[in-house]
Amino acid sequence: MKTDSAWKAISTWFGGGSIIWTLLGLALLLLVDAVWVKDFFTLEWRDGHLYGTPVDILHQGSKVMLLALGMTLVIATGGVDLSVGSLMAVAGAIAAWALTAGGMSAASALPLALLVTTLIGSLSGLLVAVLGVQPIVATLVVMVAGRGIAMLVTGGQILTLQDPTLRFIGGGYFLGLPFTVTLVVALLALTLFLTRRTAFGLFIEATGDNETASRFCGVPVRLVKVLVYAFSGFCAALAGIVATGNIHAADSARVGEMMELDAIFAVVVGGTALTGGRFHLLGSLLGALLIQTLTTTMYNLGVPPTVAPVPKAVVIVLVCLLQSPVFQARLRTWKKAKTPEVTA
Amino acid sequence: MKKRALLLLALTPFLLTQCGDGSKGGDSSSSNSLTIGFAQAGAESAWRTAETESITREAEQRGVTLKFSDAQGKQENQIKAVRGFIAQGVDAIILAPIVETGWEPVLKEAQRAEIPVVLVDRGVQVSDDGLYATLIASDFVAEGQMAADWLAKKTGGKANIIELQGTPGAAPAIDRKKGFEQGIAAHPEMKIIASQSGDFRRSQGKEVMEALVKAHPNLTAVYAHNDDMALGAIQALEAAGKKPGTDVLVVSIDGVKDAFIAMKDGQLNCTVECNPLLGPNAFDAVEKAVAGETLPKKTVVQDRLFEASQAAAELPNRQY
Repeated sequence: MKTDSAWKAISTWFGGGSIIWTLLGLALLLLVDAVWVKDFFTLEWRDGHLYGTPVDILHQGSKVMLLALGMTLVIATGGVDLSVGSLMAVAGAIAAWALTAGGMSAASALPLALLVTTLIGSLSGLLVAVLGVQPIVATLVVMVAGRGIAMLVTGGQILTLQDPTLRFIGGGYFLGLPFTVTLVVALLALTLFLTRRTAFGLFIEATGDNETASRFCGVPVRLVKVLVYAFSGFCAALAGIVATGNIHAADSARVGEMMELDAIFAVVVGGTALTGGRFHLLGSLLGALLIQTLTTTMYNLGVPPTVAPVPKAVVIVLVCLLQSPVFQARLRTWKKAKTPEVTA
Repeated sequence: MKKRALLLLALTPFLLTQCGDGSKGGDSSSSNSLTIGFAQAGAESAWRTAETESITREAEQRGVTLKFSDAQGKQENQIKAVRGFIAQGVDAIILAPIVETGWEPVLKEAQRAEIPVVLVDRGVQVSDDGLYATLIASDFVAEGQMAADWLAKKTGGKANIIELQGTPGAAPAIDRKKGFEQGIAAHPEMKIIASQSGDFRRSQGKEVMEALVKAHPNLTAVYAHNDDMALGAIQALEAAGKKPGTDVLVVSIDGVKDAFIAMKDGQLNCTVECNPLLGPNAFDAVEKAVAGETLPKKTVVQDRLFEASQAAAELPNRQY
């Protein structure tokens, strides 16, 4: 009884019971890996850190996980942020520029990249909240402009970087795990604190549920919106720095390309509705893990790249179906219809 | 109102040529002062910039007046530029088509104006190949084959190869795969044990290789469709405790500057250069076409293969 209530408390803290389906999807996928992929779960201790496929999945999935945390809050207000992929490029480009041409140290270059990118992110917030532009349009503008800014900063070239701090963030190890895992956990803790320990989370959900009613109740709807887009920009900047550090180079043209869609998918699969309202931070992280596991499984099973999107799409459709209330209701009625037949 | 403005805009080049014609008539007596229009696709990559520079430099050296237009990645801009060149009465047009289709009408206009068109780096799909003088481009299939031949020679025809493909469906990815497969066909002990797409990206090259090196620890060689993926793969191989360049041979295509640095460091074994320096070839073709000679429909630019031992000497010459 006691554990039951404790579980309930934990599950509300993370945002409700719908993450069950995401977990189920992930578990199924891992089962496939356990059966068909040789040595999938083999972990080794190598050069002072863990080494193996699960570690890769955590590390490679970290970029989408970081993006998904910011995206969850934006989607919870009923918006969407298409600019995150481009903002990753902006952060990488600014960091690279500051470290090379700007001659700065990492201690000032990285905060600069974070700050500028967060400001650009809050620009889409201003477009949405103050000018009333549709989120999909406002962030599309920033998406196109952001890529341009990044290309401009790096002169359209791939800038190679040798900075040890940047390399550590993107590919170093901390406590035996990739540092990116620590980064994701820290950002999750910060986001959970901001949304569950302060009124901010409530304000976000209220805004997403019913903007007009919230405004009449005194919720600072505009401020909330600007803040969530700024936060999403901050998350994108972190992901961009990780991506840049990981390949030791700022690739403005290609970094983060299409990753906004991965982030949106992670959030949706994680149980947050695109219509806004309640959100599930942990669910979004699990969603991001699910995508990465899926991708890695495709590589490991040797699925040809031309057909790889098909099984991916199938899994995505399945998870979304399992979550859909309409589908669940149908399933229930179908079960009921079937049971008498069996007993008879 | 708007229509009339557009009409006027469309007519402007004609009006201008009317004024310019007199001087052009006088020029034509001295054969080497040609006026050539170059319709470039854009400036999206270092490769593209190197191509533009090569053509501009060659024009200067040959004393050719070059009219340059950058289409910024949009075909409609490029078509407009070609129309503009026709209206200005240039002697020849160099076109680096952004896409393969949709060129028929504007090329017909050029043909009617008796202006030869030389295509560079990409072909066009037209019903009549008499619409252009020649195409000057690299042969992606040959590039793949050169990489395969080098690997066969180096390994004595025995290798477990992981292939990193480009973006599925892209012409260089299809042809470089085909060429490589043709190249290793003669060596039964050279096997592609895994082949995945790294999307021509450095980050994807690394991510894919991180997975594949664990799934196929018996690999002895990596073949990447471009240098960027190879550079990512090298990092993944190192993280997996392999020595790229010695334990695992790495070959790739393009010949960008970073690849030469990696070769100098002994991590990349060879790269097949996909040559963007088309200027000399393009102007040879232009001069022949203007002189009325018939050219072969395709002129293949000779791509060179660079080995690690040549990297240090070649590095200072790398322009992109």
